[in-house]
Amino acid sequence: MTILRSASRQALLIVLAIVSLYPMWFIITTALKTPTGYALDPTGLPHHLTFSNFSAIFSQWPFLTWIRNSLVATLASVVVATVISIMAAFAIVFGTARARETFFRTNIALMAIPPVALLTPMYTLMVELHLINQLPAVIIFYCGLLVPFSIFFFVNFFRQIPYELVEAAYIDGARPSRVMLRVIMPISGASTFTLVIVNAIFVWNELLIALVFLQNNNSRTLMAGIALYQGRYITNEPLIMAAAFLSLLPLLVLYVLGQRFFVRGMTAGMGR
Amino acid sequence: MTIARTRRSTAERALPKGRYIPRRRRTIWPYAYAAPALVALCLVFGYSFVEVVRYSLYSGSLGSLTYVGFSNYSALFTDPVFIQSLFDNLKLLVTVPVVTVLALIVALVINSGVRGWRLYRVLIFFPYVLPAVAIGLAFSYILQGGGVFNTLAQDAHLNFLVHDWLGSPKWVIFSIGGVIVWQQLGFGVVVFTAALLAVPAELVEAAQIDGARWWTVQWKIMIPHIRRIIQFFVILEAITALSSVFTYVYILTGGGPAYSSSVIEFYIYQYGFEDGAIGIASAAAVFLLAMSSVFIALYLWVRTRSAREEQS
Repeated sequence: MTILRSASRQALLIVLAIVSLYPMWFIITTALKTPTGYALDPTGLPHHLTFSNFSAIFSQWPFLTWIRNSLVATLASVVVATVISIMAAFAIVFGTARARETFFRTNIALMAIPPVALLTPMYTLMVELHLINQLPAVIIFYCGLLVPFSIFFFVNFFRQIPYELVEAAYIDGARPSRVMLRVIMPISGASTFTLVIVNAIFVWNELLIALVFLQNNNSRTLMAGIALYQGRYITNEPLIMAAAFLSLLPLLVLYVLGQRFFVRGMTAGMGR
Repeated sequence: MTIARTRRSTAERALPKGRYIPRRRRTIWPYAYAAPALVALCLVFGYSFVEVVRYSLYSGSLGSLTYVGFSNYSALFTDPVFIQSLFDNLKLLVTVPVVTVLALIVALVINSGVRGWRLYRVLIFFPYVLPAVAIGLAFSYILQGGGVFNTLAQDAHLNFLVHDWLGSPKWVIFSIGGVIVWQQLGFGVVVFTAALLAVPAELVEAAQIDGARWWTVQWKIMIPHIRRIIQFFVILEAITALSSVFTYVYILTGGGPAYSSSVIEFYIYQYGFEDGAIGIASAAAVFLLAMSSVFIALYLWVRTRSAREEQS
């Protein structure tokens, strides 16, 4: 009886794991097929392994430019958002300002604002600033969108730090900047890394804003570029799947190396 | 225990209002530290809130805007495409109970001890990390007329599952909803298993000694114990269904066929940026903001309640 029950539990989880991973498997196997190979047998393993789809992407599409744009946008917005959020969270947790609780509550409310609702005003602003088709347009927008969750994340983390640590530094006459850099940051490494990963995934995967703000082919991010080229190459499934695979490859590698950071960071919105 | 608690409360009384760096009575450094973030928030959120409301009262394209009062809003509710988009969002809200119940069942099963559960959890969580563009593209091939899904269903003689999943107005919203469930499930499983691990083992043991059955234990002890987390999860998923499904719609169907799978996000994109009708798009955005603020208020309410419970 118990054996039967534990076997059925195993079976349930195995089925679920297969369903969860199947699209990934589909992307990889399809990317390694030729178009005719895919048409003849869409589900099976590739009969003739080919890497021509990958080389075609790099030679026919501005793929490297898109990757570069995505990297720049991700790095810039994540670094700026993380730094200013750490400072703000430090002020909320260890500062005396009266408004800090109001600020924090407003900040939590902003976490759930749909980005699409901000799209028209931000677009007209960027038109006025002549930033359309330029990366700073999306970097500014992404950076603002990342701040609420980042502040929320760091405030929750800082609140768990024993106050005695900060107090001791204070008694020694340390200034706030010194407390932040010498006392708080050295013990915040893992948390900061977690947050950087969560934020980087958001920016790397984002489509809508990139689509609207970057309309010229060489200014696009990877996701926007692939999304627009799918229409042009709609009948060449292996080519599109090769592009899809390359777009998720960095995430796959990071996930295999450090899934605990993903899990911890992406579920941090729950509770508190 | 008592001593520790007394000591802490005296310490709290000695420090006015919590923990802080008491440099001088009135210091300005917290404002200076919060300033850059505040500027970013004011620019992206504050400025946008004001401007989106203003634009919703104008018609025409950029550079030639004319004031039209509230007529964009009335135009919105007489536009069948907007009504369709709104209803599609509401239909997608059905994914919330589906994901919640499925994730809860899986988490309860995992929690009652399955060999290798950590690995399963890592595998099931993986879809949540993946870019919606890549997932959308894969599913657009898997679900198309002669695609993998229909082929497999046919081979298994499950003919009721064979449909034109992306081409028929009747089924297309199910496809989008299905992909959302597929991606969000792992998130729910991870959130719920983490919460279940924190349920004190004594509670479960006591019930088992009293002869309670597996389901009774789950229903009477486990689920009530993590109800706050379930509430948080439901609210977050509702916000997701309402305001971050654009990528799936754009990639899987392009809102089609004939706007049958359009959602409010897609409507705003279509009107504001493909057709250049800034006013209408802004009115739809204001409407979406109003809808999501209901869920934000709920989130803050649950948060306050759970903080109060933790203190008592």
